[in-house]
Amino acid sequence: MNQHFKQKIKHKLMGKNFNEGWIGRTAIYLLLIIIGFVYLYPIIKMFAYSIKDLEDLVNPTVQWIPTKIYLENYRTSFIVLNYWKTLLFSLAVTLIPATLQTITTSLAGYALAKFKMTGKFIIFVIIFITYLVPVQVYMIPRYVLFNQLGILDSAWAIIFPATFGQGLSSAIFILIFYQFFRMQPKSLDESAEIDGASPYQIFFRIGVPLAGPAYLTAFLFSFVWYWNETYISSLFIGSDLYTLQLKLLNFQSQFSMTSGLTQQAVNEAIKYSATILIILPVLIVYIIMQKWFVEGIDRTGITGE
Amino acid sequence: MKKPLKRKTRNNLVGWSFLGIWAIGFLVFTMIPLFTSLYYSMSHVVLSGDGIQVDFVWFENYKQVFSTAEGFNFLRSVSDFAIELLFKVPIITVFSIIIAVMLNQNIKGKGFFRAIYFLPVIIASGPVISQLIYQGAATIPLVEEMGIIDFINQTFTESLARPIANIFSELIVILWFSGVQILLFIAALQKVDRYTYEAAMIDGAGPWESFWKITVPSLKSMTLISIVFTIINLATFSENAAIQHIKNNMFALETGFGFSSAIAWLYFIALALILGIFYLLFRGATRERRRYS
Repeated sequence: MNQHFKQKIKHKLMGKNFNEGWIGRTAIYLLLIIIGFVYLYPIIKMFAYSIKDLEDLVNPTVQWIPTKIYLENYRTSFIVLNYWKTLLFSLAVTLIPATLQTITTSLAGYALAKFKMTGKFIIFVIIFITYLVPVQVYMIPRYVLFNQLGILDSAWAIIFPATFGQGLSSAIFILIFYQFFRMQPKSLDESAEIDGASPYQIFFRIGVPLAGPAYLTAFLFSFVWYWNETYISSLFIGSDLYTLQLKLLNFQSQFSMTSGLTQQAVNEAIKYSATILIILPVLIVYIIMQKWFVEGIDRTGITGE
Repeated sequence: MKKPLKRKTRNNLVGWSFLGIWAIGFLVFTMIPLFTSLYYSMSHVVLSGDGIQVDFVWFENYKQVFSTAEGFNFLRSVSDFAIELLFKVPIITVFSIIIAVMLNQNIKGKGFFRAIYFLPVIIASGPVISQLIYQGAATIPLVEEMGIIDFINQTFTESLARPIANIFSELIVILWFSGVQILLFIAALQKVDRYTYEAAMIDGAGPWESFWKITVPSLKSMTLISIVFTIINLATFSENAAIQHIKNNMFALETGFGFSSAIAWLYFIALALILGIFYLLFRGATRERRRYS
Protein backbone atom coordinates (compact mmCIF):
# COMPACT_ATOMS: atom_id res chain seq x y z
CA MET A 1 0.00 0.00 0.00
CA ASN A 2 2.67 2.41 1.09
CA GLN A 3 4.81 1.43 -1.87
CA HIS A 4 1.90 2.06 -4.18
CA PHE A 5 1.24 5.47 -2.68
CA LYS A 6 4.84 6.50 -3.12
CA GLN A 7 4.76 5.43 -6.70
CA LYS A 8 1.63 7.48 -7.28
CA ILE A 9 3.16 10.62 -5.82
CA LYS A 10 6.28 10.11 -7.81
CA HIS A 11 4.23 9.87 -10.96
CA LYS A 12 2.28 12.98 -10.11
CA LEU A 13 5.42 14.96 -9.46
CA MET A 14 7.84 13.65 -12.01
CA GLY A 15 5.50 12.08 -14.52
CA LYS A 16 6.33 9.19 -16.76
CA ASN A 17 7.97 11.71 -18.96
CA PHE A 18 9.75 14.83 -17.82
CA ASN A 19 7.11 17.15 -19.19
CA GLU A 20 4.15 15.31 -17.71
CA GLY A 21 4.98 15.66 -14.04
CA TRP A 22 4.28 18.71 -11.93
CA ILE A 23 7.92 19.54 -11.41
CA GLY A 24 8.76 19.41 -15.09
CA ARG A 25 5.72 21.41 -16.05
CA THR A 26 6.24 24.07 -13.43
CA ALA A 27 9.84 24.38 -14.52
CA ILE A 28 8.80 24.86 -18.14
CA TYR A 29 6.15 27.45 -17.28
CA LEU A 30 8.57 29.30 -15.03
CA LEU A 31 11.28 29.32 -17.65
CA LEU A 32 8.91 30.45 -20.37
CA ILE A 33 7.57 33.26 -18.22
CA ILE A 34 10.97 34.44 -17.01
CA ILE A 35 12.60 34.31 -20.43
CA GLY A 36 9.49 35.90 -21.91
CA PHE A 37 9.77 38.72 -19.43
CA VAL A 38 13.43 39.32 -20.21
CA TYR A 39 12.56 39.09 -23.88
CA LEU A 40 9.92 41.77 -23.59
CA TYR A 41 11.92 43.86 -21.15
CA PRO A 42 12.86 46.52 -23.74
CA ILE A 43 9.21 46.97 -24.73
CA ILE A 44 8.00 47.15 -21.15
CA LYS A 45 10.70 49.64 -20.27
CA MET A 46 9.80 51.68 -23.32
CA PHE A 47 6.14 51.89 -22.29
CA ALA A 48 6.99 52.73 -18.71
CA TYR A 49 9.41 55.49 -19.66
CA SER A 50 7.23 56.98 -22.36
CA ILE A 51 4.68 58.17 -19.78
CA LYS A 52 7.22 59.67 -17.37
CA ASP A 53 7.51 63.38 -16.95
CA LEU A 54 10.81 65.11 -16.38
CA GLU A 55 10.56 64.78 -12.63
CA ASP A 56 10.08 61.02 -12.79
CA LEU A 57 12.85 60.66 -15.32
CA VAL A 58 15.51 62.18 -13.09
CA ASN A 59 14.15 60.62 -9.92
CA PRO A 60 16.18 57.46 -9.25
CA THR A 61 13.50 55.97 -6.99
CA VAL A 62 10.99 55.89 -9.82
CA GLN A 63 11.91 52.88 -11.91
CA TRP A 64 9.03 50.98 -13.42
CA ILE A 65 5.86 52.68 -12.34
CA PRO A 66 5.72 56.43 -12.95
CA THR A 67 4.05 58.54 -10.28
CA LYS A 68 1.51 59.78 -12.80
CA ILE A 69 0.58 59.20 -16.40
CA TYR A 70 2.10 61.99 -18.41
CA LEU A 71 0.94 62.12 -22.00
CA GLU A 72 2.68 65.31 -23.03
CA ASN A 73 5.53 63.22 -24.50
CA TYR A 74 3.13 61.65 -26.93
CA ARG A 75 1.74 65.00 -27.95
CA THR A 76 5.25 66.28 -28.64
CA SER A 77 6.12 63.19 -30.68
CA PHE A 78 2.86 63.49 -32.57
CA ILE A 79 3.81 66.95 -33.71
CA VAL A 80 7.46 66.14 -34.42
CA LEU A 81 6.56 63.10 -36.48
CA ASN A 82 3.71 64.97 -38.19
CA TYR A 83 1.97 61.74 -37.41
CA TRP A 84 -1.14 61.47 -39.56
CA LYS A 85 0.46 62.72 -42.74
CA THR A 86 3.57 60.59 -42.29
CA LEU A 87 1.46 57.59 -41.36
CA LEU A 88 -0.51 57.95 -44.57
CA PHE A 89 2.65 58.05 -46.65
CA SER A 90 4.15 55.14 -44.71
CA LEU A 91 1.04 53.09 -45.36
CA ALA A 92 1.20 53.97 -49.06
CA VAL A 93 4.79 52.73 -49.42
CA THR A 94 3.97 49.68 -47.33
CA LEU A 95 0.54 48.44 -48.39
CA ILE A 96 0.93 49.04 -52.12
CA PRO A 97 4.29 47.24 -52.53
CA ALA A 98 3.16 44.46 -50.18
CA THR A 99 0.00 43.84 -52.20
CA LEU A 100 1.71 43.94 -55.58
CA GLN A 101 4.62 41.84 -54.42
CA THR A 102 2.22 39.21 -53.07
CA ILE A 103 0.39 39.04 -56.39
CA THR A 104 3.51 38.77 -58.55
CA THR A 105 5.27 36.25 -56.36
CA SER A 106 2.11 34.13 -56.24
CA LEU A 107 2.04 34.05 -60.04
CA ALA A 108 5.68 33.00 -60.12
CA GLY A 109 5.14 30.38 -57.44
CA TYR A 110 2.14 29.02 -59.33
CA ALA A 111 4.11 28.76 -62.56
CA LEU A 112 6.86 26.77 -60.85
CA ALA A 113 4.47 24.52 -58.98
CA LYS A 114 2.09 23.61 -61.77
CA PHE A 115 3.85 23.63 -65.12
CA LYS A 116 6.62 21.41 -66.36
CA MET A 117 8.77 24.13 -67.85
CA THR A 118 12.17 23.71 -69.40
CA GLY A 119 14.91 25.23 -67.30
CA LYS A 120 12.89 25.17 -64.11
CA PHE A 121 15.91 24.14 -62.09
CA ILE A 122 17.86 27.15 -63.30
CA ILE A 123 15.00 29.42 -62.29
CA PHE A 124 15.08 27.96 -58.80
CA VAL A 125 18.81 28.53 -58.61
CA ILE A 126 18.32 32.12 -59.74
CA ILE A 127 15.60 32.69 -57.14
CA PHE A 128 17.85 31.29 -54.45
CA ILE A 129 20.69 33.53 -55.58
CA THR A 130 18.47 36.61 -55.47
CA TYR A 131 17.82 35.71 -51.86
CA LEU A 132 21.51 35.40 -51.03
CA VAL A 133 22.84 38.46 -52.87
CA PRO A 134 22.37 41.45 -50.60
CA VAL A 135 20.50 44.33 -52.19
CA GLN A 136 23.53 46.56 -51.53
CA VAL A 137 25.28 44.96 -54.48
CA TYR A 138 22.81 46.13 -57.09
CA MET A 139 21.18 49.12 -55.45
CA ILE A 140 23.57 51.65 -56.97
CA PRO A 141 22.66 50.82 -60.60
CA ARG A 142 19.04 50.77 -59.48
CA TYR A 143 19.56 54.21 -58.04
CA VAL A 144 21.02 55.41 -61.34
CA LEU A 145 18.16 53.77 -63.26
CA PHE A 146 15.49 55.38 -61.09
CA ASN A 147 17.28 58.67 -61.38
CA GLN A 148 17.11 58.44 -65.17
CA LEU A 149 13.46 57.42 -65.05
CA GLY A 150 12.79 60.37 -62.77
CA ILE A 151 11.10 58.29 -60.10
CA LEU A 152 13.71 58.83 -57.41
CA ASP A 153 12.28 60.43 -54.27
CA SER A 154 8.81 59.17 -55.03
CA ALA A 155 6.88 56.14 -53.85
CA TRP A 156 7.37 54.59 -57.30
CA ALA A 157 10.98 53.78 -56.49
CA ILE A 158 9.68 51.34 -53.88
CA ILE A 159 6.60 50.19 -55.76
CA PHE A 160 8.26 49.32 -59.08
CA PRO A 161 10.64 46.59 -57.91
CA ALA A 162 7.89 45.12 -55.73
CA THR A 163 5.49 44.97 -58.68
CA PHE A 164 7.99 42.94 -60.63
CA GLY A 165 8.74 40.56 -57.81
CA GLN A 166 12.11 42.10 -56.98
CA GLY A 167 11.11 43.66 -53.70
CA LEU A 168 11.98 42.78 -50.13
CA SER A 169 12.50 39.04 -49.65
CA SER A 170 10.56 38.27 -52.83
CA ALA A 171 12.40 34.96 -53.09
CA ILE A 172 10.95 33.75 -49.80
CA PHE A 173 7.44 34.55 -50.95
CA ILE A 174 7.90 32.75 -54.25
CA LEU A 175 9.00 29.67 -52.32
CA ILE A 176 6.03 29.95 -49.94
CA PHE A 177 3.63 30.05 -52.86
CA TYR A 178 5.50 27.30 -54.67
CA GLN A 179 5.20 24.99 -51.67
CA PHE A 180 1.58 25.84 -51.14
CA PHE A 181 0.42 25.44 -54.74
CA ARG A 182 2.35 22.22 -55.02
CA MET A 183 0.37 20.74 -52.14
CA GLN A 184 -2.94 21.37 -53.86
CA PRO A 185 -4.34 18.13 -55.31
CA LYS A 186 -3.59 17.78 -58.99
CA SER A 187 -6.86 15.96 -59.64
CA LEU A 188 -8.81 19.19 -59.11
CA ASP A 189 -6.91 20.95 -61.89
CA GLU A 190 -7.22 17.95 -64.15
CA SER A 191 -10.97 17.61 -63.76
CA ALA A 192 -11.37 21.34 -64.40
CA GLU A 193 -9.23 20.98 -67.51
CA ILE A 194 -11.39 18.15 -68.80
CA ASP A 195 -14.43 20.37 -68.26
CA GLY A 196 -12.80 22.84 -70.60
CA ALA A 197 -11.33 25.41 -68.22
CA SER A 198 -8.32 27.36 -69.45
CA PRO A 199 -5.18 27.43 -67.28
CA TYR A 200 -6.03 30.98 -66.24
CA GLN A 201 -9.54 30.00 -65.24
CA ILE A 202 -8.09 27.17 -63.21
CA PHE A 203 -5.73 29.59 -61.51
CA PHE A 204 -8.43 32.09 -60.60
CA ARG A 205 -11.21 29.63 -59.79
CA ILE A 206 -9.24 26.87 -58.05
CA GLY A 207 -5.68 27.96 -57.33
CA VAL A 208 -6.31 31.34 -55.74
CA PRO A 209 -9.39 30.49 -53.65
CA LEU A 210 -7.66 27.48 -52.14
CA ALA A 211 -4.51 29.45 -51.41
CA GLY A 212 -6.10 31.98 -49.08
CA PRO A 213 -3.83 31.23 -46.12
CA ALA A 214 -0.71 31.53 -48.24
CA TYR A 215 -1.85 34.88 -49.63
CA LEU A 216 -2.66 36.23 -46.20
CA THR A 217 0.62 35.05 -44.68
CA ALA A 218 2.70 36.39 -47.54
CA PHE A 219 0.90 39.71 -47.46
CA LEU A 220 1.27 40.11 -43.71
CA PHE A 221 4.98 39.34 -43.72
CA SER A 222 5.51 41.55 -46.71
CA PHE A 223 3.60 44.33 -44.97
CA VAL A 224 5.66 44.07 -41.80
CA TRP A 225 8.99 43.86 -43.62
CA TYR A 226 8.19 46.87 -45.77
CA TRP A 227 7.05 48.77 -42.73
CA ASN A 228 10.31 48.10 -40.94
CA GLU A 229 12.58 48.68 -43.93
CA THR A 230 14.71 51.82 -43.80
CA TYR A 231 17.94 51.16 -45.66
CA ILE A 232 16.56 51.21 -49.18
CA SER A 233 13.79 53.68 -48.51
CA SER A 234 16.18 56.20 -47.02
CA LEU A 235 18.23 55.97 -50.21
CA PHE A 236 15.39 56.00 -52.71
CA ILE A 237 12.80 58.25 -51.09
CA GLY A 238 14.52 59.66 -48.04
CA SER A 239 15.78 63.02 -49.21
CA ASP A 240 12.48 64.85 -49.03
CA LEU A 241 9.77 62.35 -48.24
CA TYR A 242 9.64 60.62 -44.89
CA THR A 243 8.14 57.41 -43.62
CA LEU A 244 7.56 57.09 -39.89
CA GLN A 245 10.66 54.93 -39.53
CA LEU A 246 12.81 57.49 -41.34
CA LYS A 247 11.46 60.24 -39.08
CA LEU A 248 12.51 58.18 -36.08
CA LEU A 249 15.94 57.71 -37.62
CA ASN A 250 16.39 61.47 -37.74
CA PHE A 251 14.35 62.23 -34.66
CA GLN A 252 16.86 64.61 -33.07
CA SER A 253 17.05 66.93 -36.03
CA GLN A 254 13.33 66.62 -36.75
CA PHE A 255 12.68 67.65 -33.18
CA SER A 256 14.73 70.82 -33.29
CA MET A 257 13.21 71.69 -36.66
CA THR A 258 9.61 71.49 -35.50
CA SER A 259 9.87 72.71 -31.94
CA GLY A 260 12.52 75.38 -32.29
CA LEU A 261 14.23 73.95 -29.23
CA THR A 262 17.75 72.59 -29.25
CA GLN A 263 18.38 68.94 -29.95
CA GLN A 264 19.46 68.48 -26.34
CA ALA A 265 15.89 69.14 -25.19
CA VAL A 266 14.82 65.73 -26.47
CA ASN A 267 14.69 63.45 -23.50
CA GLU A 268 14.43 59.69 -23.57
CA ALA A 269 10.76 59.76 -22.63
CA ILE A 270 9.93 61.69 -25.79
CA LYS A 271 12.02 59.34 -27.88
CA TYR A 272 10.38 56.29 -26.37
CA SER A 273 6.94 57.72 -26.99
CA ALA A 274 7.89 58.34 -30.62
CA THR A 275 9.14 54.77 -30.92
CA ILE A 276 5.87 53.47 -29.55
CA LEU A 277 3.87 55.59 -31.96
CA ILE A 278 5.87 54.04 -34.77
CA ILE A 279 5.44 50.43 -33.74
CA LEU A 280 1.77 50.98 -32.88
CA PRO A 281 0.28 50.35 -36.36
CA VAL A 282 2.09 47.01 -36.83
CA LEU A 283 1.39 46.11 -33.23
CA ILE A 284 -2.35 46.54 -33.80
CA VAL A 285 -2.18 44.45 -36.95
CA TYR A 286 -0.25 41.81 -35.03
CA ILE A 287 -2.72 41.67 -32.15
CA ILE A 288 -5.60 41.16 -34.56
CA MET A 289 -3.86 38.81 -37.01
CA GLN A 290 -1.47 37.16 -34.56
CA LYS A 291 -2.63 33.65 -35.42
CA TRP A 292 -1.82 34.14 -39.08
CA PHE A 293 1.70 35.26 -38.42
CA VAL A 294 2.53 32.52 -35.99
CA GLU A 295 0.82 29.62 -37.70
CA GLY A 296 1.35 30.92 -41.19
CA ILE A 297 4.87 29.55 -41.56
CA ASP A 298 3.67 26.10 -40.68
CA ARG A 299 0.47 26.27 -42.69
CA THR A 300 2.07 27.37 -45.92
CA GLY A 301 4.29 24.34 -45.87
CA ILE A 302 7.47 26.36 -46.34
CA THR A 303 9.06 24.04 -43.83
CA GLY A 304 8.25 20.92 -45.82
CA GLU A 305 10.98 19.14 -47.66
CA MET B 1 -8.57 22.63 -88.37
CA LYS B 2 -5.89 24.18 -86.16
CA LYS B 3 -3.51 21.65 -84.74
CA PRO B 4 -3.42 21.84 -80.94
CA LEU B 5 -0.09 22.70 -79.43
CA LYS B 6 2.02 19.97 -77.97
CA ARG B 7 1.55 19.54 -74.23
CA LYS B 8 5.16 20.46 -73.55
CA THR B 9 5.05 23.63 -75.60
CA ARG B 10 1.79 24.63 -74.04
CA ASN B 11 3.16 24.01 -70.57
CA ASN B 12 6.09 26.26 -71.36
CA LEU B 13 3.98 29.02 -72.86
CA VAL B 14 1.43 29.11 -70.06
CA GLY B 15 4.14 28.73 -67.44
CA TRP B 16 6.09 31.67 -68.75
CA SER B 17 2.96 33.78 -68.96
CA PHE B 18 2.68 33.33 -65.20
CA LEU B 19 6.36 33.78 -64.59
CA GLY B 20 6.73 36.64 -67.10
CA ILE B 21 6.30 39.61 -64.77
CA TRP B 22 8.87 38.23 -62.40
CA ALA B 23 11.26 37.38 -65.25
CA ILE B 24 11.10 40.90 -66.68
CA GLY B 25 11.58 42.32 -63.21
CA PHE B 26 14.54 40.06 -62.59
CA LEU B 27 16.20 41.21 -65.82
CA VAL B 28 15.53 44.93 -65.38
CA PHE B 29 15.82 45.38 -61.62
CA THR B 30 18.27 42.70 -60.60
CA MET B 31 20.35 41.05 -63.31
CA ILE B 32 21.28 44.08 -65.39
CA PRO B 33 21.96 46.14 -62.24
CA LEU B 34 24.10 43.28 -60.95
CA PHE B 35 26.38 43.40 -64.00
CA THR B 36 26.30 47.18 -64.12
CA SER B 37 27.40 47.20 -60.52
CA LEU B 38 30.32 44.93 -61.34
CA TYR B 39 31.26 47.35 -64.12
CA TYR B 40 30.90 50.36 -61.81
CA SER B 41 33.10 48.68 -59.25
CA MET B 42 35.94 48.88 -61.78
CA SER B 43 35.19 52.42 -62.89
CA HIS B 44 35.24 56.02 -61.83
CA VAL B 45 31.60 57.01 -61.80
CA VAL B 46 30.60 60.65 -61.75
CA LEU B 47 26.96 61.56 -61.51
CA SER B 48 26.37 65.03 -62.91
CA GLY B 49 23.25 67.02 -63.65
CA ASP B 50 22.91 65.89 -67.24
CA GLY B 51 23.94 62.27 -66.96
CA ILE B 52 26.43 59.80 -65.74
CA GLN B 53 30.06 59.55 -66.67
CA VAL B 54 31.80 56.20 -66.33
CA ASP B 55 35.55 55.68 -66.86
CA PHE B 56 36.85 52.16 -66.72
CA VAL B 57 39.86 51.89 -64.39
CA TRP B 58 40.23 48.14 -63.76
CA PHE B 59 40.93 47.32 -60.12
CA GLU B 60 41.67 50.86 -58.98
CA ASN B 61 38.69 50.94 -56.58
CA TYR B 62 39.56 47.60 -55.07
CA LYS B 63 43.14 48.73 -54.52
CA GLN B 64 41.77 51.78 -52.77
CA VAL B 65 39.79 49.61 -50.37
CA PHE B 66 43.01 48.05 -49.16
CA SER B 67 45.07 51.23 -49.09
CA THR B 68 42.92 54.11 -47.82
CA ALA B 69 41.56 54.94 -44.39
CA GLU B 70 37.98 54.70 -45.61
CA GLY B 71 38.64 51.28 -47.05
CA PHE B 72 40.25 50.23 -43.81
CA ASN B 73 37.20 51.36 -41.85
CA PHE B 74 35.01 49.27 -44.09
CA LEU B 75 37.19 46.20 -43.77
CA ARG B 76 37.20 46.57 -40.02
CA SER B 77 33.41 46.74 -39.91
CA VAL B 78 33.23 43.57 -42.01
CA SER B 79 35.62 41.70 -39.73
CA ASP B 80 33.66 42.95 -36.70
CA PHE B 81 30.53 41.63 -38.32
CA ALA B 82 32.16 38.26 -38.98
CA ILE B 83 33.31 37.96 -35.36
CA GLU B 84 29.88 38.96 -34.12
CA LEU B 85 28.31 36.30 -36.32
CA LEU B 86 30.54 33.72 -34.72
CA PHE B 87 28.78 34.46 -31.44
CA LYS B 88 25.36 35.59 -32.59
CA VAL B 89 24.56 32.62 -34.82
CA PRO B 90 25.09 30.01 -32.09
CA ILE B 91 23.30 32.18 -29.51
CA ILE B 92 20.28 32.65 -31.76
CA THR B 93 20.21 29.03 -32.92
CA VAL B 94 20.49 27.50 -29.46
CA PHE B 95 18.01 29.96 -28.00
CA SER B 96 15.44 29.21 -30.73
CA ILE B 97 15.84 25.48 -30.26
CA ILE B 98 15.38 25.72 -26.49
CA ILE B 99 12.27 27.88 -26.81
CA ALA B 100 10.89 25.69 -29.62
CA VAL B 101 11.38 22.52 -27.58
CA MET B 102 9.63 24.08 -24.58
CA LEU B 103 6.77 25.38 -26.70
CA ASN B 104 6.38 21.98 -28.29
CA GLN B 105 5.54 20.41 -24.93
CA ASN B 106 1.99 19.73 -23.97
CA ILE B 107 1.40 22.95 -22.06
CA LYS B 108 -1.42 25.43 -21.71
CA GLY B 109 -1.24 28.86 -23.29
CA LYS B 110 0.96 27.69 -26.13
CA GLY B 111 -0.50 30.20 -28.53
CA PHE B 112 0.04 33.03 -26.08
CA PHE B 113 3.70 32.18 -25.54
CA ARG B 114 4.30 31.74 -29.23
CA ALA B 115 2.77 35.14 -29.88
CA ILE B 116 5.08 36.72 -27.32
CA TYR B 117 8.22 35.12 -28.67
CA PHE B 118 7.34 36.16 -32.19
CA LEU B 119 6.41 39.74 -31.29
CA PRO B 120 9.87 41.28 -31.80
CA VAL B 121 9.90 40.26 -35.47
CA ILE B 122 6.97 42.61 -35.96
CA ILE B 123 8.60 45.66 -34.45
CA ALA B 124 12.32 45.13 -34.97
CA SER B 125 13.16 47.82 -37.48
CA GLY B 126 16.55 49.51 -37.68
CA PRO B 127 15.53 52.81 -36.06
CA VAL B 128 13.53 51.12 -33.28
CA ILE B 129 16.40 48.79 -32.40
CA SER B 130 18.99 51.52 -32.49
CA GLN B 131 16.80 53.64 -30.21
CA LEU B 132 16.60 50.77 -27.75
CA ILE B 133 20.33 50.12 -27.86
CA TYR B 134 21.15 53.80 -27.59
CA GLN B 135 18.86 54.25 -24.57
CA GLY B 136 20.31 51.17 -22.92
CA ALA B 137 17.05 49.23 -22.98
CA ALA B 138 18.51 46.44 -25.07
CA THR B 139 20.26 44.64 -22.26
CA ILE B 140 19.53 43.33 -18.80
CA PRO B 141 20.68 45.82 -16.14
CA LEU B 142 22.49 42.91 -14.51
CA VAL B 143 25.09 42.86 -17.29
CA GLU B 144 26.35 46.30 -16.40
CA GLU B 145 26.05 45.88 -12.65
CA MET B 146 28.21 42.81 -12.73
CA GLY B 147 30.85 44.63 -14.74
CA ILE B 148 30.87 42.08 -17.52
CA ILE B 149 31.76 44.63 -20.18
CA ASP B 150 34.70 45.99 -18.19
CA PHE B 151 35.88 42.46 -17.71
CA ILE B 152 35.74 41.78 -21.44
CA ASN B 153 37.62 44.96 -22.26
CA GLN B 154 40.39 43.96 -19.90
CA THR B 155 40.65 40.34 -20.96
CA PHE B 156 40.62 40.46 -24.74
CA THR B 157 42.58 42.42 -27.29
CA GLU B 158 40.91 45.54 -28.58
CA SER B 159 39.79 44.09 -31.91
CA LEU B 160 38.15 41.12 -30.22
CA ALA B 161 36.79 42.94 -27.18
CA ARG B 162 34.75 45.44 -29.20
CA PRO B 163 32.49 42.91 -30.93
CA ILE B 164 32.12 40.78 -27.79
CA ALA B 165 31.22 43.77 -25.65
CA ASN B 166 28.67 44.73 -28.29
CA ILE B 167 27.03 41.36 -27.94
CA PHE B 168 26.56 41.79 -24.22
CA SER B 169 25.23 45.30 -24.50
CA GLU B 170 22.65 44.15 -27.06
CA LEU B 171 21.90 40.74 -25.65
CA ILE B 172 18.12 40.94 -25.60
CA VAL B 173 17.92 42.51 -29.01
CA ILE B 174 20.07 39.70 -30.41
CA LEU B 175 17.56 37.23 -29.05
CA TRP B 176 14.91 39.28 -30.79
CA PHE B 177 16.23 37.99 -34.08
CA SER B 178 15.06 34.48 -33.17
CA GLY B 179 11.34 34.89 -33.85
CA VAL B 180 11.16 33.26 -37.26
CA GLN B 181 13.68 30.59 -36.34
CA ILE B 182 11.62 29.51 -33.32
CA LEU B 183 8.66 28.93 -35.61
CA LEU B 184 10.82 26.99 -38.06
CA PHE B 185 12.05 24.70 -35.28
CA ILE B 186 8.55 24.20 -33.89
CA ALA B 187 7.41 23.14 -37.35
CA ALA B 188 10.30 20.68 -37.56
CA LEU B 189 9.58 19.28 -34.10
CA GLN B 190 5.97 18.67 -34.96
CA LYS B 191 7.04 16.43 -37.80
CA VAL B 192 8.79 14.04 -35.42
CA ASP B 193 6.63 10.99 -34.86
CA ARG B 194 5.33 10.77 -31.28
CA TYR B 195 5.77 7.02 -31.38
CA THR B 196 9.51 7.41 -31.76
CA TYR B 197 9.61 8.91 -28.28
CA GLU B 198 7.32 6.24 -26.92
CA ALA B 199 9.44 3.46 -28.38
CA ALA B 200 12.55 5.04 -26.91
CA MET B 201 10.85 5.32 -23.54
CA ILE B 202 9.93 1.65 -23.55
CA ASP B 203 13.52 0.84 -24.36
CA GLY B 204 14.45 2.68 -21.21
CA ALA B 205 15.53 6.06 -22.55
CA GLY B 206 14.95 8.99 -20.19
CA PRO B 207 13.96 12.46 -21.35
CA TRP B 208 17.61 13.46 -21.46
CA GLU B 209 18.58 10.67 -23.86
CA SER B 210 15.47 11.20 -25.99
CA PHE B 211 16.34 14.85 -26.36
CA TRP B 212 19.86 14.21 -27.61
CA LYS B 213 19.16 11.06 -29.60
CA ILE B 214 15.81 11.94 -31.19
CA THR B 215 15.04 15.64 -30.93
CA VAL B 216 18.43 17.09 -31.81
CA PRO B 217 19.12 14.86 -34.83
CA SER B 218 15.65 15.57 -36.22
CA LEU B 219 16.41 19.29 -36.13
CA LYS B 220 19.65 19.19 -38.07
CA SER B 221 18.40 20.00 -41.54
CA MET B 222 16.24 22.79 -40.16
CA THR B 223 19.28 24.13 -38.32
CA LEU B 224 20.99 24.77 -41.64
CA ILE B 225 17.96 26.64 -43.01
CA SER B 226 17.70 28.61 -39.80
CA ILE B 227 21.39 29.53 -39.84
CA VAL B 228 21.24 30.74 -43.43
CA PHE B 229 18.19 32.82 -42.56
CA THR B 230 19.92 34.24 -39.49
CA ILE B 231 23.06 35.23 -41.38
CA ILE B 232 21.19 36.87 -44.26
CA ASN B 233 18.86 38.61 -41.85
CA LEU B 234 21.75 40.05 -39.82
CA ALA B 235 23.79 40.88 -42.91
CA THR B 236 21.08 43.00 -44.46
CA PHE B 237 19.85 44.58 -41.24
CA SER B 238 19.83 48.31 -41.86
CA GLU B 239 21.91 49.25 -38.81
CA ASN B 240 24.72 46.91 -39.80
CA ALA B 241 27.87 49.05 -39.88
CA ALA B 242 29.30 47.38 -42.97
CA ILE B 243 26.33 48.16 -45.19
CA GLN B 244 26.15 51.67 -43.78
CA HIS B 245 29.61 52.21 -45.24
CA ILE B 246 28.36 51.25 -48.68
CA LYS B 247 25.59 53.84 -48.59
CA ASN B 248 27.67 56.58 -47.01
CA ASN B 249 30.41 56.26 -49.60
CA MET B 250 27.98 56.65 -52.48
CA PHE B 251 27.73 60.37 -51.91
CA ALA B 252 31.12 61.00 -50.35
CA LEU B 253 33.30 63.33 -52.41
CA GLU B 254 36.49 61.26 -52.56
CA THR B 255 34.86 57.89 -53.12
CA GLY B 256 31.54 57.83 -54.99
CA PHE B 257 29.60 55.13 -56.79
CA GLY B 258 32.61 53.21 -58.08
CA PHE B 259 34.20 52.73 -54.70
CA SER B 260 30.82 51.92 -53.12
CA SER B 261 30.15 49.27 -55.73
CA ALA B 262 33.56 47.77 -55.08
CA ILE B 263 33.00 47.47 -51.33
CA ALA B 264 29.49 46.14 -51.95
CA TRP B 265 30.99 43.33 -54.01
CA LEU B 266 33.64 42.65 -51.40
CA TYR B 267 30.89 42.50 -48.81
CA PHE B 268 28.99 40.00 -50.91
CA ILE B 269 32.12 37.86 -51.32
CA ALA B 270 32.73 37.92 -47.57
CA LEU B 271 29.12 36.95 -46.95
CA ALA B 272 29.30 34.13 -49.46
CA LEU B 273 32.44 32.82 -47.73
CA ILE B 274 30.77 32.92 -44.33
CA LEU B 275 27.68 31.17 -45.66
CA GLY B 276 29.88 28.59 -47.38
CA ILE B 277 31.72 27.78 -44.16
CA PHE B 278 28.50 27.35 -42.18
CA TYR B 279 27.02 25.31 -45.01
CA LEU B 280 29.96 22.92 -45.08
CA LEU B 281 29.90 22.51 -41.31
CA PHE B 282 26.23 21.64 -41.19
CA ARG B 283 25.94 19.73 -44.41
CA GLY B 284 28.50 17.36 -42.98
CA ALA B 285 26.37 16.94 -39.89
CA THR B 286 23.26 16.02 -41.87
CA ARG B 287 25.16 13.53 -44.01
CA GLU B 288 26.57 11.70 -41.06
CA ARG B 289 23.13 11.15 -39.65
CA ARG B 290 21.92 9.66 -42.89
CA ARG B 291 24.80 7.24 -42.96
CA TYR B 292 24.12 5.84 -39.51
CA SER B 293 20.35 5.69 -39.61
